[in-house]
Order: sequence, then structure tokens, then C-alpha cells
Amino acid sequence: MKLFPKPLWTVIVILLLVAVPVLLSSYYTSLVTLTLIYALLAMSIDILAGFAGRTPLCHGAIFGGATYAVMFYVTTAGGNPWLGVALGIATALALSLVFALLAVRTSGVYFLLLTLALGMIVWGVCQRWTSITGGENGLRGNVRPEALADPVRFYFFVLVISLTAAMLMWRFVRSPMGLALKGIRESETRMRSLGYNTTQHLILGFLFSGLMAGVSGVLYAFFNSFVSPSTVALAQSVKGLLMVIVGGVGTLFGGVVGAAVIVLLENVASSFTERWSMVLGALFVLTMIFAPEGIVGKARALLQKRGTD
Amino acid sequence: MDRRTFVKNTAALSGLAALGSFAGVHAQGTGPIKIGLLTPLTGVVASGGKEIAEGFNLYWNQVGKKVAGRDVQIFIEDDGSNPDIALQKARKLTEQTKVDFLIGDLLANTGLAVAEYAKTAGIPYFIPVIAADDLTQRKRIPNVIRVAGYSASQMPRPLADYVFKKKGYRKIVTISQDYTFGHEQCGGFAQTFTELGGSIVAQHWNPLNTQDFSPYLAQIQAAKPDAVFAMETGADATRFIQQWSSFGLKGKIALLGAQNATDQSVIRNLGADAEGILSAAHFAEGYDAPATKKFVAEYEAAYKHLPSLYGFSHYLAAMWLAEAIKATKGDVENRPKFLEAVRAVVLTNSPIGRPVRLDAYGNPIYDVFIRNVVKNANNAYWNVPIETYPSVSQFWKYDPEQYMKQPPYSRTFQGIKKV
Repeated sequence: MKLFPKPLWTVIVILLLVAVPVLLSSYYTSLVTLTLIYALLAMSIDILAGFAGRTPLCHGAIFGGATYAVMFYVTTAGGNPWLGVALGIATALALSLVFALLAVRTSGVYFLLLTLALGMIVWGVCQRWTSITGGENGLRGNVRPEALADPVRFYFFVLVISLTAAMLMWRFVRSPMGLALKGIRESETRMRSLGYNTTQHLILGFLFSGLMAGVSGVLYAFFNSFVSPSTVALAQSVKGLLMVIVGGVGTLFGGVVGAAVIVLLENVASSFTERWSMVLGALFVLTMIFAPEGIVGKARALLQKRGTD
Repeated sequence: MDRRTFVKNTAALSGLAALGSFAGVHAQGTGPIKIGLLTPLTGVVASGGKEIAEGFNLYWNQVGKKVAGRDVQIFIEDDGSNPDIALQKARKLTEQTKVDFLIGDLLANTGLAVAEYAKTAGIPYFIPVIAADDLTQRKRIPNVIRVAGYSASQMPRPLADYVFKKKGYRKIVTISQDYTFGHEQCGGFAQTFTELGGSIVAQHWNPLNTQDFSPYLAQIQAAKPDAVFAMETGADATRFIQQWSSFGLKGKIALLGAQNATDQSVIRNLGADAEGILSAAHFAEGYDAPATKKFVAEYEAAYKHLPSLYGFSHYLAAMWLAEAIKATKGDVENRPKFLEAVRAVVLTNSPIGRPVRLDAYGNPIYDVFIRNVVKNANNAYWNVPIETYPSVSQFWKYDPEQYMKQPPYSRTFQGIKKV
């Protein structure tokens, strides 16, 4: 089994990412940091949406749940940030387990709606449980460990974590487990009749996906030093899903491209026009019409076509 | 590596390098003063956000975008009514545009997020609309100053005092949006009112964006209070006041509002339904002081509507900051000196028509008006002062240190004195 996808491209991308703090100003470095964090979230969603054929609308809640856990533990309870990381990931896993147990028996639009509802519950709790979550105002305070205070160092920390996580996810979707999920996507009944415990596979896939969303949520807490219900809101889940769709469902690394596009639009295009969400909408429609397989999916198809010509 | 791949990769690399060299360019030093204005131009409070930009720009246009011999450049960024975007934009203005200071934001959560960033980045940040009590109380940050703003619980206290003493109300029901801004305004009202000897017979908390107030109105009617204190903003305020009057409660039970409930942004669309609602605020667009009249006329000429709290506050803030910049002779780069100058400003000739200065905690001390909504000569409704409470600080009549020992207001803690 290969250790890397397309070694040449992998090396180029890694080299470029390593050079980011040298090439770009501190603000753009922070944008790349944010892109990497969102890319993790998008890829975690793609594991379910692209490989297991179950499109979730609750990953914003899992992501934000981890962010809340870190923020609460470090600022309100005054705990150690590294222990906060563990708690954040544990929160994400616990949420994913509950969500998975409730949702995996459904598929299609029912899965979409059920995960949407579960995500909304988390949002409602964060909004109303003022004594713990700070309600609408959220929680704030610096939670980043001393060692990572420097933005460049933090960037490399995020880079290492996200590269490791991306590789883990890449290995996961190519493992027998990942292939079984693909099989379930194509036909759950056939997989079951072949003797696979599909429920168990889906729950494990959901947990792994939730774990990755949790990791990105923890990084987001370090990055933002702030959390409010907007971080767990439906809009967050939808944003993650949009990144996957723009990049390409089922391509895994499409999430990275999608995250880059949306982060750029949100932060750069919005300075030129207050109608930037219209630009985003137009982009989304154009993607659906001309490249329903997403940017990465389309690029792959074009490259393959050129290869065969 | 074949030739084609090599060419492709090299091109990609050089493209990226070119992008990098763009990013490094920025102006420095004695050039223009750069101001970063964060305001929600999209999202749920976009209409208020546009008025923020209006008010702020109006002042700078009037003075020709120049102060203390330096040009002023204003960089407006959309915070999207979302704290995560607000934070990103604050980073951008500070690190990329390299502004000298930040100002603005409308929703408390966006302001709190940016304040946290300002704390670590050390950049001065001014918050004319962000009213969260603790930003100038228990969790104050030295470089975050509520220039031309007010803390949430500050304004309803004189109103409680007025209606208890002058109107003789003893039984009051409160209804408020269920979030921190509402909890704090109601808390200020309830604490003052009950400490005087009045009683709060019920408190209703409606979720943001309540479409139908009839369940609350029915309960209010049944409680038979002397008056109702309503803390609603934006579209909720419009719906509440309309339903209050279509339910037939107008004229039967006195209606008191937090200043947002009868702000111009709400009542300009309401007409007669809003008439007669009492509120307390540091600004009344119907005040007949020459400075207020002049400002209101100029604002109306420029934007074709009366100034709201959002527009007015940012006009006042711009004036305030201009005074401070003059005092430092344009040296805004010296942050401690600039912040000191901002704290030392005493504005006497501002549109509020009354002197204003900051307390030791970075929140203004105002002469607060009790306002009534009446029809003006142009058949529009506006707020006119009917009574003035001089020098009202965010701590009312309490000792600041003593006051800050009580917990912040919340749904469960309203400072209500038990009898």
C-alpha cells in the first residue's frame, strides 16, 4: 500500500505550505492557518458524505462542541490547555457517539434531517445554558499554550497536525474499513448480505469523522480565543459541507481546496463588496452546473481525459 | 519529472512568490491616520450597520477628513453580524491594513470577540454601541474604551427612579429579549425599582425573533401592572409595539421602553403606535438644544432620515476621537499617550447638547434624559426629553468597587431586592 498519494504533488504542496510564513504577511499566514483548520473539518465531513454516502449536517456542532469544551475548561475552570485539548476531543467523540447511535440507521434525506436536528440541539444548549456557555455572548480568553503564542510557531503546529490528520484520513478511506464504507454507500443491503456488520461500520466511520472534526475544533479554539453559538450553528455545518461540495465530494482533498476558496471569499472578497455572499452563491451554482463533481473532481477527470487522449 | 510537469510547477511557484511580494507592501509613520471601522453590512443587523457607517462618515466628511494636520483614511470592513468574521476582519485591519485603531461593531458577541483580540494585539478599540456591562466593569481591558457608548444597565436606572417617584408606579412587569443585553438592561431597571420599594411582579423572556407576542400580552394583561418595561430591539421591538397596540393595551397600561425599543431605527416605521412610550437615554433627537438641532438637520439632509442610536453614537465617537487626536497633536502611533488623551476628553459642544466625559473605568458619564415619543412638526415621531438626570454613571448611586462584587446580571440574577 502506498504511503502518500502522488508523492511529487504531496512534496510540492508540503513545501509550499512550509514556505507560507516566509512568503506571506502575518495576516495571510493567519488565513492559511484558518484554511487548514477548516480543511480538516471539510475532510472529516467528506469521510461521511463522500465515502459512506451519508451527508451530515451536525459536524458544526461536533466541531464547536470541542471548541466550547476547550474554552470552558481553560478560561472558566482555569485548567491546563493541553488537558483542555484532551477534553475537547473527548467531547467531540462523545457527541459523535450519541449522534452516530441515533442516526446511522437512517440514510438519504432522513440522515440529513436527523443530523440537522441533533446539531440544532447542541446549538440550543449553547445558546441557553448561559452559566456554562456564556449564552449569546460566548466565552473568551486566551487558551493557546505559552509555547504556541508566536503566530508562526502556531502555524507550523497547525500544519503538522493537519498534515498528520489528512494522512490518517487518506489511509482510512483506503483501508478495508474505508472500502467497506464505500460498499455501504453503493448498497447497504448487499454489504449486509455479504456478512458485514454495516451498523458497526457506520458507527466507527462516524466516530472517526467526529474525531477529526473535534481535532479541528480544538485548533479553532487555539486560533480564535473565542467561541459563541455561531460556531456550533447550522451555518457552520453548512459551511463545512459547502467546502466539500465546492472542492469535490468523495475526493477527500477537495475539502482543502473548498476551504481555501470559501475562506478567501469570506475574508478577501467581502472587503471589496458587501455582496460577497452573492459571489459565493454564484460560485456554488456554477459549480453545480459545470463541475458537479467539484473543483478537484473536475480537475482529476480532465487530467485523466488528457492522459487517455 | 518530465519537462511539462517541471514547467508547470515552476510557474506555480513563481506565481505564489509574486503574491507574497504584494502582501508585504504597507504605508508607515507620518502619513495619513488610518481608522478601521467594523460594522455589520450583511447579516441580521445589516440595517443598523449601515447607519453606523453613515454616522461615522458624516463627521469625517464635515471636517474634510483631516485632523491635527494629518489626513484621515477610513477602512470599512463588514463583520457579517458574526463574531468569527468580525475577528478575522479585526485581524486583517490590524495586521494587513495596519490601522492605528479599531472602532465599531454592533452585536455584543462581535464586540466581545474583537475586544479579546484587541487585548492580545494591544490595538486601541472603541465601542460606541457594544453595551455589554463587563467590558467596562469586571472584565475591563485598558485599551478597550466605550467612547460615546453606554453600558446596558446604565440607562434604565434613571427611568426606574423617574417612574417610581414621579409617576407613582409600584407594580411593574418586564418583558425582554432573552440574551445578555436584555438581561442587563432589565437588571438595571429591576434592581433600582425594587430598591426604591417597587415590585417586579413578573419577568418574561422572549427568544430573539419572536413573531407572536400574544401569549406574553395575555399574561401581562392578567397581571394588571401599573406599567410594563419592554426591552426589545430591531424587528422584535417593531412587532411588540404593534401587537401591544392591536391588542388594545395602548393607553390602558403604561408602556416603558429600553432606549432601543423607541430608537429612531424602530419608530420611524411605526407611526402613532409608538406615541407616548417613555424611555431613558443620553440622546434625544427631539431635544431643542442648538447643537442637537444642527446635528439632526445635517444628518437628515445627508441621509434622508432621522439619526438612530447607531448613527448618532458613531458620529459622537468620531468627534470624540478627533478631539483626542488634536490633543496628541496627531501622534496616534504613541498608543499610551493617545489612550490617555481619549480618556481625558470632555466634550461640551456635541450633538447631545450636554457635557460628557469618561469615568475611571472607560465608560461615559452622561446627563440622561427621560424621553417621550411625540409627533414633530414634520409628522414624524421622535423622542423628546421631559426630565434630565445629571451625571449618571454606569454605577448609578453605588460605590463602583462594592457594585462589582455583585454578580453580573443574568436571567437568574436581576438584583431584585426581596421585601
